[in-house]
Amino acid sequence: MSVQIPPTERLRTDTIEINMGPHHPSTHGVFRMVLTLDGETVVDLEPRFGYLHRGIEKTAEERTYVQNVPFTDRLDYICGITNNWAYALALEKLAGIEVPERAEYIRVILGELTRVMNHMLAIGFLWNDLGATTFTPVVYAFRERERILDLIEMAAGSRMMPSYIRAGGVVADLPEEFMPRLQKLVPHLKRFIDEMDTMLTKNEIFRARAVGVGVLKAKDAINAGITGPVLRASGVKYDIRKADSYSIYDRFDFEVPVHTAGDVYARYLQRLAEARQSLRIIEQAMRDIPEGPVTSLPYKQLSRLKPPKGEAYGRIESPKGELGFYLVSDGSNKPYRFRIRSTSLLNLTLLREMCLGHKVADVVTILGSIDITLGDVDR
Amino acid sequence: MENIWTIENLWNAIGTVLRNWLAGFLPAWLVTLIMDLLVIVVLLAIGIVAVLVLSFMERKVAARAGDRYGPNRWGPYGLLQPFADAIKMLIKEDIIPHVADRFSFNLAPVIVTVGAVMTYAVLPFGRDMVAANLNIGILYFAAVGSLSIIGLLTAGWGSRNKYALISAFRAVAQLITYEVPVGLCIICVVMLAGSLSTQDIVLAQQERGWFFLLMPGIFILYFLAASAEMIRCPFDLLEADSEIIAGHFIEYSGMKFALFFLAEYIHLFAGSAMMVTLFFGGWLGPWLPSWLWFLIKTFVVIFVFMWIRNTFPRIRIDQVLKIGWKVMVPAGLVGLAITGFVDKLIADKLIAGVVLFICNIGLIIGVSYLMGRAQRRKEMAAEGAALR
Amino acid sequence: MLTHEEILSRLRERFPDAVLEVPEGMIDFTIVIAPQAWHDVALFLRDELGYDFLTNVTAVDWPDRFEVVYHLYGVQAGHPLLTIKLPVTDKENPTVPSVVDVWRSADFQEREEYDLMGIRFEGHPNLKRIMMWEGYEGHPLRKDFQNRTFTYAELEPSRKATPDW
Repeated sequence: MSVQIPPTERLRTDTIEINMGPHHPSTHGVFRMVLTLDGETVVDLEPRFGYLHRGIEKTAEERTYVQNVPFTDRLDYICGITNNWAYALALEKLAGIEVPERAEYIRVILGELTRVMNHMLAIGFLWNDLGATTFTPVVYAFRERERILDLIEMAAGSRMMPSYIRAGGVVADLPEEFMPRLQKLVPHLKRFIDEMDTMLTKNEIFRARAVGVGVLKAKDAINAGITGPVLRASGVKYDIRKADSYSIYDRFDFEVPVHTAGDVYARYLQRLAEARQSLRIIEQAMRDIPEGPVTSLPYKQLSRLKPPKGEAYGRIESPKGELGFYLVSDGSNKPYRFRIRSTSLLNLTLLREMCLGHKVADVVTILGSIDITLGDVDR
Repeated sequence: MENIWTIENLWNAIGTVLRNWLAGFLPAWLVTLIMDLLVIVVLLAIGIVAVLVLSFMERKVAARAGDRYGPNRWGPYGLLQPFADAIKMLIKEDIIPHVADRFSFNLAPVIVTVGAVMTYAVLPFGRDMVAANLNIGILYFAAVGSLSIIGLLTAGWGSRNKYALISAFRAVAQLITYEVPVGLCIICVVMLAGSLSTQDIVLAQQERGWFFLLMPGIFILYFLAASAEMIRCPFDLLEADSEIIAGHFIEYSGMKFALFFLAEYIHLFAGSAMMVTLFFGGWLGPWLPSWLWFLIKTFVVIFVFMWIRNTFPRIRIDQVLKIGWKVMVPAGLVGLAITGFVDKLIADKLIAGVVLFICNIGLIIGVSYLMGRAQRRKEMAAEGAALR
Repeated sequence: MLTHEEILSRLRERFPDAVLEVPEGMIDFTIVIAPQAWHDVALFLRDELGYDFLTNVTAVDWPDRFEVVYHLYGVQAGHPLLTIKLPVTDKENPTVPSVVDVWRSADFQEREEYDLMGIRFEGHPNLKRIMMWEGYEGHPLRKDFQNRTFTYAELEPSRKATPDW
């Protein structure tokens, strides 16, 4: 039997509203969430964007097609290569450009390296958000990322902003010393991924914090346009590399890992599994890569590229999910409309629903497990 | 007269010489006053020096854990870094938010620091080296140590910052929760030692063996609860920088921030020293002088705390409270019962020790089995949740 | 997997007036739908044809009209790309029905198009600016948008016109 307290004698409580961000260590950039808290429990959350809005879509309408490549680097600044690739793919579709064999292999190798890099960083930052405050996992992830960046620098001349993949192929052939170093790096990365697995996966505190937090149902995820590891961690076996089999992904033997829990822990496991599959693809590509030209469109032709009137939507499986470019051409050398289908923005659609009822600390964890880059959210 | 000038007795000897010299031309009450003030000054100095060492050590340990060098610019191996930090703290601008409650905002760092420094009074730094050999020493330690809760609450409230306020909530909830298991563990030790005085507890361990060998279960319990009391990872929710940024001292800068910093490390040192006193035989040890043994043991314990901080993520607030009330308090009560029965029923101290050890191992296994089972059940339930 | 003819015939059968045009010579299969019928068509596409994944919502500013473009896939059914276009001839006050209740992924993207292109999505639960700040005038992605610089006072009214430093 419970004692009924008259409403007048009940302790009056109130919710408080907190601005998490834009200056907050765990929002992965200048992202802002307006949280309404009842004690420590989240009762409402509203994401606010636009602090990094640079108007790339507008600027791109005034640049030629090749001049727009560097803008794509700056979308998701962790994975420059895959951004270039998505743009190149859309442009190739629009202008009907063929890509030489060797260029496709180079794209696959660098693209998958980018995926490994992104997943390592995502796991590191997730741990940061969980409260490994002295950056220990991130520092190790950064150490290994440095080795991958060295390879990208070798190929492209730049580490984070490569502008390497352009319509018709890639900018330049790989230098001679690239392949030997890659051959050394791949087993090293495999060991590192295993090391991460042994160090982090079975940690009891991590499991207590991550299991059952931020559950995303498969149906909701599809409906909300969520893609990439987040979608697959919710049990949907959907990978654009398999669904579209763009580029040469149909030649490689790899699996699409799936986890069914849909929580933070499943997303973590998903990233580990995907990094392993990426290394598998790289191994096969290293073995099969043919000799030959690396571009079908030399720079002089590319800079004067005038695609026929029309429009095309090209998309790839970027490390964070589907990255698409919608290009409309009016026959001139500049795009009439340059639309970026952002991965991170769409993945944030259900952030509120995932966070409701959890604690403040979980908001940070869930955001970390979605793995956003603000350059991609705001564009 | 025997030679008092041994290394073992160095600090006491200096004190005795000074006292004798003063007594030559001053009245007795003034000598006592001066000597007591001197001890206070020395303790404060120890506190500040310890903080300098610890802040350097924290940064170096964190750096080595993360495959980095850490501070290495100023001085050999960066040894002068803490002095640079201290100077920076002192000359930084002191900012008071104009909406803050100035009185409590200014008072908070003082309360926190004073509460922390006061705990030094009962630390047995060596044989016959304790500032105040109170017969209720351990009780005094527990009481004074929890004084800082008031300071944290004042800071959180006075800053008028919502993050600080959340931190103040957490401070009250967490620290009060963990007072209970800490108290229970201390009672177990006190029962075995038969005294509340810190010196007597150390001497009892000379006789019965170090208490962490006798009571590993109670020790683990105390270790966890004490790290929650000291706000160390994985219980550092009050200053969770990835969630509530820095918690209660988010609005503080300059000297006031330095005071919080000071208090945090004094707490760390005092807490580790008390752990050494209670479970690792305090200043007991062969060959080396007692005070050196005490410092070595304390720094080993501190290193373990730092190690944990650099390895583990943080627990969530509801889990902290759940573990506190649902696991640690019952486990502490069971441990208390075991210790009481064994100590009273079995007269022979060796047999009692062995029985106590076995019971404690059983306690550890039982608690970890129950906690593990709960977690595994949760994980089983989570599997496939997205498809349902 | 549905063939293009199948999609068209089922659509025409169910909504005789909705399909305005099927442009020839497009790279991606495109259907032009009448804006007023769009919400019903969307429900039909999702529930009966299996296009459960709306990936991209955007708009193009042509001299005589706005075109709102939707890119659809079927994740569970494995459908390839289907492009839906809604022509909006009213350039003064362009309005199309919102499909947030059909595909949740339209939420932020419709807000974005509202913000940057100035297209009203009728029935959107929270149609406010998303990238630009509240109180911003104009829609940057329109072709007639004039770039201009802002003064401090405009960006932040509480601030002085010229900063102190």
